[in-house]
Amino acid sequence: MMTFGGLTCREVVELVTEYLEGTLAPPERARFEAHLAVCPDCPVYLEQMRQTIRALGMLPEESVAPEARQELLRVFRDWKRG
Amino acid sequence: MTTRKRDSEETDPAGGEAPADDLRLLRALRAGDEAGFVALLDRYQPSLVRLALMYVGDRAVADEVVQETWLGVLQGLEGFRAESSLKTWIFRILSNRAKTHARREDRSVPFSSLPEPHADSAELAVDPDRFSPRDQLRSGHWAYPPRHWDKTPEEIALSRETSALLEEAVASLPLRQREVITLRDIEGLTADEVCDVLGITASNQRVLLHRARSRVRRALERYLDGGAGPA
Ligand SMILES: [Zn+2]
Repeated sequence: MMTFGGLTCREVVELVTEYLEGTLAPPERARFEAHLAVCPDCPVYLEQMRQTIRALGMLPEESVAPEARQELLRVFRDWKRG
Repeated sequence: MTTRKRDSEETDPAGGEAPADDLRLLRALRAGDEAGFVALLDRYQPSLVRLALMYVGDRAVADEVVQETWLGVLQGLEGFRAESSLKTWIFRILSNRAKTHARREDRSVPFSSLPEPHADSAELAVDPDRFSPRDQLRSGHWAYPPRHWDKTPEEIALSRETSALLEEAVASLPLRQREVITLRDIEGLTADEVCDVLGITASNQRVLLHRARSRVRRALERYLDGGAGPA
């Protein structure tokens, strides 16, 4: 049985964000990566986290109504006049 | 107009000090330059609407919040000391206005007055039943492991069903988690920028982001692979 970096999967899932943020201390990061190298399942979990993050970043933008833009230009002109 | 591409947000320096582009825009705005204002409007309006919706839910109220935000920006221009970027300053104004509205209009869900769970209270990323129990050989290792999703992030974000699911999952998060994940993952701010907008520490940002992302992943997994967990 391999050591899995001395981490259980249950511990790994709690470290995923720190890993992705690059804030794990070097020894912790090494243990995390050692676990990932031998665990068949945690890489799938990490990939799902990445997919989740990427999908969130691709959600369609809110549309901007042309009237709202016109209204804001009016606000700007009023402000400019003081 | 600036020569910078609209979609180059990731090249923005982290919060802390205003980039050169901001300083140019600031000078233009203070001089009453309408083209400068339009550039700013076009750059941030969709983000501001989305952020406002995150706080108030209703589009008409969100538009009102955004308009108040721009007025606040114009009125605050003279006092802006460029200690943060223009972007994080504008987002902070929006966040404050939106919270005021949400408190004032809390009809059914007064989320702003609900106590937030403490950052140190336990909230697990994954249902503990997914792992082997303590007394077993592979204690703490996956008993019901996650399985590969056959959908790309593009497919998840662009399909009506899964994008609605993502939005619902984010909307149902506690306020502080919702703020962090919206700014960070939906709007693409850096960790430093998020801390600057919300006035939170880096470690608090990470805890909130971790919980938020974990919950959204769980919601996606339930939909994409309902059979992954224990029956
Ligand atoms: Zn593992």
